[in-house]
This record gives sequence, structure tokens and C-alpha cells, in this order.
Amino acid sequence: MKRKHKRLTFIVLGMGLLAAAAALMLSAFEDNIVFFYSPTEVLDKKLGADRRVRIGGLVEDGSVEKAGIEVKFRVTDLANVIPVTYTGLLPDLFREGQGVIAEGRFVDGVFRADEVLAKHDETYMPPEVAEALKKSGRWQEMEKALKRSGQMTKGEAR
Amino acid sequence: MIQRFANPNRFMRLSAAVVPWMAGATMILGAAGLYLGLFQAPADYQQGESVRIMYVHVPAAWMALFCYTSMAAASATALIWKHPLADLAARSTAPIGICFTFLALITGSLWGKPMWGTWWVWDARLTSVLVLFFLYLGYMALVNAFDDPARGAKAAAVLALVGFVNVPIIKFSVDWWNSLHQPASVLKLGGPSIHPSMLAPLLLMALAFTTYYFWVLLVRLRAEIISGKIRAIRLRQVHG
Amino acid sequence: MDRGFSESVSAFLDMGGYAAFVWPSFAITAVVLVGMLVASLRWLRSTEAALAALQAERGAKRGAGEAAGEA
Repeated sequence: MKRKHKRLTFIVLGMGLLAAAAALMLSAFEDNIVFFYSPTEVLDKKLGADRRVRIGGLVEDGSVEKAGIEVKFRVTDLANVIPVTYTGLLPDLFREGQGVIAEGRFVDGVFRADEVLAKHDETYMPPEVAEALKKSGRWQEMEKALKRSGQMTKGEAR
Repeated sequence: MIQRFANPNRFMRLSAAVVPWMAGATMILGAAGLYLGLFQAPADYQQGESVRIMYVHVPAAWMALFCYTSMAAASATALIWKHPLADLAARSTAPIGICFTFLALITGSLWGKPMWGTWWVWDARLTSVLVLFFLYLGYMALVNAFDDPARGAKAAAVLALVGFVNVPIIKFSVDWWNSLHQPASVLKLGGPSIHPSMLAPLLLMALAFTTYYFWVLLVRLRAEIISGKIRAIRLRQVHG
Repeated sequence: MDRGFSESVSAFLDMGGYAAFVWPSFAITAVVLVGMLVASLRWLRSTEAALAALQAERGAKRGAGEAAGEA
């Protein structure tokens, strides 16, 4: 019985130490685990001037202009805005008002992306329900709640 | 309680009775889930028909974590209480868990290409799930790496416990860091943000995957126990 | 088969243009899960057969030994 208790304490202690070590390491490397930066962070820290960077935010409503295969749009985190140009195929989830991640660098104040990824929010519903929500005016409410929930503005919070 | 299940003969009787029920439940739940998921559930307002990939991707990802958690729990039980079935349960779970992890990675990639615009990115969620895949692989290699099966089981059990830190990292990776992968839709504060017509097939498939796990687990455990018996008989023949 | 039916079947198979992603997902899942199940069941059958053979062998030996002892 005693040896069992010894082993149990040993394993519980070991797991606790391991969790603490993992937490320390992850918080130390936090900046490397971040997948993208918000426009506010990019402008504050002057990122993307000399090396490639990923920016993430919402595609600003009404900002998308397509000319052939060249696309211009603006990425916003509702505080700051970055104009982006991109040449190539856009992912199917790329929409105005939706999350987007662009990878590239700044050339003359414009962010030149060579890769554009669409971010999916975590809501799943049939088109008719989305339509009904839009009609009843509850859509704005939901969108606001989604943006507040911080999936795109997480960068600022840190 | 532990002693009661420790008896392999009792386990053989019990599992023989449970296996057909698990098989039946898997087929019924799977058929219902596939029917609802492929024929009844609507297309998504953003993702269109590609949303149906979720009905295999999400259950596979859940089971990948569930299997690893079971494997770690069984390994702890084996290390602490020297329960004879716990080692076998951990060893039998690993190959099932790695199948689920593989499926989560592949189906996620097949969804990511049209929706995100890429097969793969090194964000926190995708990378930590790939680490899970290698943990399973390492466990399976280690468990067979020693001539003495007891030593292999012990070393692998320690690896399973150490690797368990990755499980909460996977779960919360989408909340702790910004990532390409979306946050949780079902298991989150404030209730699921998924329409009931899509939640129903998702949960049915998840249940089917769960009963599938127990079905295959019991089959593999029975095979492990019989293999042990065969080894014991051969040993007696050699020494007797 | 009438035209409406075959049209709806091909629409279903097309998956709104995502056929190349949806069907492989389901197919790979089916192949992996069924493969795992079949491999496990086969392994169980083979161990059961091996144990039965071993026990029969032992039974025969014991029977032979007893017969020899009686003679």
C-alpha cells in the first residue's frame, strides 16, 4: 500500500512540474507562436518593413476592388487599417467583413501580399437562417458579439 | 473495484458480451449520422457544401484527444497500481488513436484547401495536433523497443504521461494564441454556435466514433490477452 | 430513371463544386476505420485459432501420456 502511494505522489508531482515547465516555456515563446499580427501591432511595432510578416484582421466592408486577377482590399482591426494588394486566387471564404490573414511586406506604404488566407469564424448555420437573421436585424447584434468575442482583436488585448 | 476487473477471465466474459452491442451501436449511430450529415443537413451560409467535411473531421479530432487521454490515464493506472489490464488497454488504444489523429489532419487539410486557401499552415492548433501524431508514433515504437515487454510498457507509459501536457495545449491553442484555425464551436462558454440541424449529425457521428473506439479497443484487448496466454503456454512448454 | 432524379443525384455527387474535397474526406475516413477494424478482428481470430491449436495439442499429448501410462 505504501509503495502505491509513493508512486501516486511521484506521478502527481511529476505531472505538476511538467505542466509548470510547459507553461513557462510557452509563455516565453509566445511571440513565436503568434500566427499573425493585427494592423495596430504592425503599425506600432513597424513590422513588415524589412521582413515578411503575417497581418490578420477583418476585410473592411466595401474595400474590395478587383481588376483582373489583382485585388485591392483593406484589413482592419476596427482601430487601424492597412491597405493590401494581392495578385492571385482568393480562398472561397474570402468575404468583406470576414477574417483574413495576408502574408507579405510593405512596399511604399502598401502591404503587398503574396499569400492570402481566409479565416473562418466558429458559426455554422444554414443560409436561410443567416438570411432570416439579417432580415430581423439580429445579424448586427451577432456580428458585434463575434467581434467582441475577440477572435480578430486578440492581438490588441495582449 | 480494481481487483474485480483485474481478472482476465472475467474480462474475457464481460467483453464477449459487450462487443456485439458496441458493433451494433457503431453501425446504427454511424448510419444515422451519415444520413443526416450527407442528405438532411443544410449547406453552410459561408462554406457551402464543404461544411460536410466537418462531420468526419471534428469527431476524428475529438477522438484523437479522447484516445490520448484514455491512454495517459491507463498508463498512470499501470504505473501506480500495476493493474495488469491497464498496460494492455494503453497499448491497444495507441493504434486507434493514431488513426483518428491521421484522419483529423487529412480531412482538415482537405477542408482547409478550398476554405482557407491552403493545405497546411504552422499555426498553434495544426502544429500541436501534428505533435500529437508523433507522440502516438513514439509511444508505439517505444512499447515494442525492449526485449522485456514489461520494460517497454513502463517506458511507453512514462512517454504517454509526459506527452499528456500537449492535450490541453491542443484544446486551448485557438484561445491562447491567434491562429488560422477557428475557435471551438460546440464545447464553449455560452453554448454552441452551430445550428441544431448541423449539430445533430455532428453529435451522432461523434457517438459513432466513440462506440467504434470501444469496439476496436475490446477486440484488440481480447487479442492481447489471448496472445499473453499463448506466450505463457509456450514458456511452460520450453521450461517444463 | 427519370431526368429529375438523375439530375439531383449528380447535383448531390457534385457537392456544390466541393466534390474533390468532400468525397475524399469521407472515403479516407471509411478506408482507415474499416481497415483498422478488419485488421483487429483478423488478429483476434488468428490468436484464437493459435490458442485452440495449442490447447488441442496439449490435450492430445496429455491423452497420449495417460494412455501410455495405463499400458
